[in-house]
Amino acid sequence: MHEETVYDALDHAHGGEGHWAFGTGFDEPLAGVDTTVPDGVDHADLGTYCLMLGDDALVLAQRLTQWVTAAPELEEEVAIANVALDLLGQARLLLARAGSVDVLGRSRERASASIPDEDALAYFRDADEFRCTALSAADNGDFGQTMVRLLVAATVRLAVFARLRDSRDPVLAAIAAKGVHELTYHRDHAARWVLRLGDGTAESSRRAQAGVDAVWPLLADLFTATDVERRLAAAGVAVDPADVRAEVHDVLTTVLDRATLRVPPWPADAPPRGRLGEHGPELVALLETLQGLARQHPAATW
Amino acid sequence: MSTDVTAEGGHGAVPTGPEVPVEPKASTARRDWPLYEVFVRGKRGLNHVHVGSLHAPDDEMAVHAARDVYTRRNEGVSIWVVRAADITASSPDEKDPMFAPSGDKVYRHPTFYDIPEDVPHM
Repeated sequence: MHEETVYDALDHAHGGEGHWAFGTGFDEPLAGVDTTVPDGVDHADLGTYCLMLGDDALVLAQRLTQWVTAAPELEEEVAIANVALDLLGQARLLLARAGSVDVLGRSRERASASIPDEDALAYFRDADEFRCTALSAADNGDFGQTMVRLLVAATVRLAVFARLRDSRDPVLAAIAAKGVHELTYHRDHAARWVLRLGDGTAESSRRAQAGVDAVWPLLADLFTATDVERRLAAAGVAVDPADVRAEVHDVLTTVLDRATLRVPPWPADAPPRGRLGEHGPELVALLETLQGLARQHPAATW
Repeated sequence: MSTDVTAEGGHGAVPTGPEVPVEPKASTARRDWPLYEVFVRGKRGLNHVHVGSLHAPDDEMAVHAARDVYTRRNEGVSIWVVRAADITASSPDEKDPMFAPSGDKVYRHPTFYDIPEDVPHM
């Protein structure tokens, strides 16, 4: 019974054919979840809200993936890739949910019929149909700035997902329940780095502070609800982003104080442009990389 | 992962495009990060087993890096890390005086007992 290595143990637990290397013992995240849309909830609103949460995850996952082959340390590269894959997993579930309530925009006209809705939404929408915030889409900057952005993004998303576990939509509640564990780790990982960089050498502190200063303006539109969020929040389905403001401020202030970094003034609330499809050129460039292959070979499978 | 990985040799040799963040190579930093040995206890495992090593800036980050590098596919439920420098090991030079004497002491093996089938972990 005593295996030589943990990998042997995994192998024995899964039939001894070495298939664990491709992933085994995983839980189906939405197994047994009722996918019926709750009474009185507008399908278009629900799908749009799923796109907002899904696009934040998809776009940030793509940004983080840009560190792969370029991270300062191999161990950190794997860590960043893990975070990106967690987010990509959340994006898949959320885009699939949007597709299931027929919120597909123009994607379905362009995508081959053989690919699933989640892929059609990821690969065949233009930037003006994406509903991510500027925080997710912004360029990485250096490693310090990347970790500051991840800290802010994970803090906001964790606060939203923690509340979303009580959503009246059982699918959103299940996605949030799964995501909370992931996001807790993401926030922790980013916070550890911000602490070490901020309270590290003069150079690491200078760069971390520059990262904070570069990321801070992107907080402006995070707490402004769109009409869709307001309606769904009133229906007990979504979280009004204004409700997480205090928690986010509290967490970020605590981490930055401990990291001996200066907390810049909180920016004034701005309209939620990204949520409504207004983006800067950095998202267009990101989507060219993300979507290029799928658009050139629309029926490709792998 | 060896301690003297050079950026030119492999990992850092990947061409960087305009979108790839360009960081100054932390060649001195890597040499500063100590080597850790990683031990993982699998779900069905009884004890922690050595799975590999990694570099990390400090103990806490080593546990986190171990989680990210060595438990990505459900391999483990518990992680130990220890600085490689803190391990005291036997020397290959003393192999014979250390281990040869037990080679012919068959009476030290409990092979003369009948073990019931339902006794686990033997």
